Amino acid sequence: MSDMTPNPDLAIRMSGVTKIFGPDPQGALALLRSGRSKSEVQSETNHVVGLDDVSLDIARGQIFVVMGLSGSGKSTLIRHVNRLIDPTAGEIVVEGTDVLKMSLPELRGFRRNTVAMVFQKFGLLPHRSVIDNVAYGLEVKGVPKAERLEKAAGWIETVGLAGYEQSRPRQLSGGQQQRVGLARALALDTDIILMDEAFSALDPLIRSGMQDQLIELQKSLGKTILFITHDFDEALKIADRIAVLKDGAVQQVGKPQDIVLKPANEHIEEFVREVNKARAIQVRTIMERGEFDPCDQSVPDTARCEDVLPLFAENQWVGVVNDSGRQIGRITAKQVIKALARYSASTMN
Amino acid sequence: MFPEIVDTRPLRRAVDDGLNWVVRHWGDGFEAAARPLLILLNAIEGLLVATPWWLIIAILVGGAWLATRNWRLPAIVLVAMLFLGIMSLWRDAMTTMALMISATLTAIVLAIPVGVWMSRSLKVRQIFTPVLDLMQTLPSFVYLIPTVMIFGPGKIPALIATIVYAAPPLVRLTDLGLRSVDPAVMEASRAFGTSARQRLFGVQIPLALPTILAGINQTTMMALAMVVIASMIGAGGLGYQVLQGIGRLEVSRGLFAGLGIVVLAIVFDRITQAFGKQLQSRIGLQEAR
Repeated sequence: MSDMTPNPDLAIRMSGVTKIFGPDPQGALALLRSGRSKSEVQSETNHVVGLDDVSLDIARGQIFVVMGLSGSGKSTLIRHVNRLIDPTAGEIVVEGTDVLKMSLPELRGFRRNTVAMVFQKFGLLPHRSVIDNVAYGLEVKGVPKAERLEKAAGWIETVGLAGYEQSRPRQLSGGQQQRVGLARALALDTDIILMDEAFSALDPLIRSGMQDQLIELQKSLGKTILFITHDFDEALKIADRIAVLKDGAVQQVGKPQDIVLKPANEHIEEFVREVNKARAIQVRTIMERGEFDPCDQSVPDTARCEDVLPLFAENQWVGVVNDSGRQIGRITAKQVIKALARYSASTMN
Repeated sequence: MFPEIVDTRPLRRAVDDGLNWVVRHWGDGFEAAARPLLILLNAIEGLLVATPWWLIIAILVGGAWLATRNWRLPAIVLVAMLFLGIMSLWRDAMTTMALMISATLTAIVLAIPVGVWMSRSLKVRQIFTPVLDLMQTLPSFVYLIPTVMIFGPGKIPALIATIVYAAPPLVRLTDLGLRSVDPAVMEASRAFGTSARQRLFGVQIPLALPTILAGINQTTMMALAMVVIASMIGAGGLGYQVLQGIGRLEVSRGLFAGLGIVVLAIVFDRITQAFGKQLQSRIGLQEAR
């Protein structure tokens, strides 16, 4: 394929990835290719179509969220990136290397050096202490003991678990256990981190804290994070880009506000209806551009409506500044309310 | 009566002749192959007999305390071992212990690799499962007689019969333990680029250890259950005392030697079980979430 020329800005590129579960996936694939629908294939052959022609380009250094309900194939999708699952058809290129052409030793090296993973059910080793769990990936790689324990201790500190080094995973709360899982993945120092519903098993308050921490870590470390979730609010909060998955097929890919403001179909509209739009809409899309008097309060142009709302309690209007700190426009409470009302109304019809 | 459809006499004769042929031609070979077993058994028995009685009691009581950190089990072990000494069963008990320990050690060496192999391949499991069933259900005399014919009466056939009877639960529980390791943990381990070896020794075996230990416990118990039969072909020990008691209609001799076997069983069962429980709580499998 001509469009498979490696693009240096892409961390992960999937094209035409199809996964069919069952004893004869190639036969079912032929049926699917001959134009049958997924449900026809499933009822005729008893094979399950997990992923259907999924193509995604994931740029380096961003948080890319794949959002879908349970059964949409999102967990299957993420496992293709480090080949915990082999596709029936398609191509997967990670950091310029074709994952499917790797031999078993190459694949092991790839998992040790290029992609680390965080799991919904944590997957911690119950017989090892927290520090030995965090050092696990390094141990597998053959890093000497003193060095790996030192690194692990550093990451335990980073995720805020200092003092728990010698505890067993079962002595920790769910949130703490997932911090261990996160530290274990970070300790490998890979460019890519896969997170499979990493925060879904946590209480809402702890989840929110972990999301904030993840955004901060991503900013400081510049990693590429592929994040799977069923929670649209979570996707909007952390994502640079979102792909919505349904029945194994990608419905829409775009920036969070693109998806909120221009949902591609009925299914996505359903999600958008429930969502906190103040979180999705960026100030710069609704502000008044131009020269205004400097204001008492100002926000960066990447701020979201929910960030400016509290400022309106004291101010008639708020300035909007660009990256270099220059004021490029202003926003009023009226504009924000209008925007929120309009997008709500349009989805109601 | 069921009609005779085929004449099975040639088949029977072929089996008998085959065995005779094996005994005549390969008997020495088999005996040489089984020598390490005899050396192991004699070494263990020699060690147990040479060790002073108070040291053996101290080791067992100490083991019981380490396993439970509680005074109850050590007290039971102390009373049990004193019973063996007072009833002048000590020497026989050491012979029986040696048979049980060497059978268990051999079973561990053979059964755990087979269990590992079974856990990794459905085909291997399908082949071994009926073999294990056969080993456990075939009356022991059926394979005892050919073994005696090959090795002659003595300790080797006794030991082999004990191993055949006692090894299957360890194979089964090793297989089960390895296969029931949390798949989420196994997947996480795979995602970190582990080799099959690293997963087996770093994840599967440590997490299956409580189950494997339960298998070892079962093996020791079944080995003790075989001592009377083993003594019929020359194993000696407590089983032989039981046998003599029955033969001479000396009920007391049979009864006390029989109680001696029970006492040994209790001591080893409780100590290995307590270690298993300790291990389980250390790994954290005990709290079901």
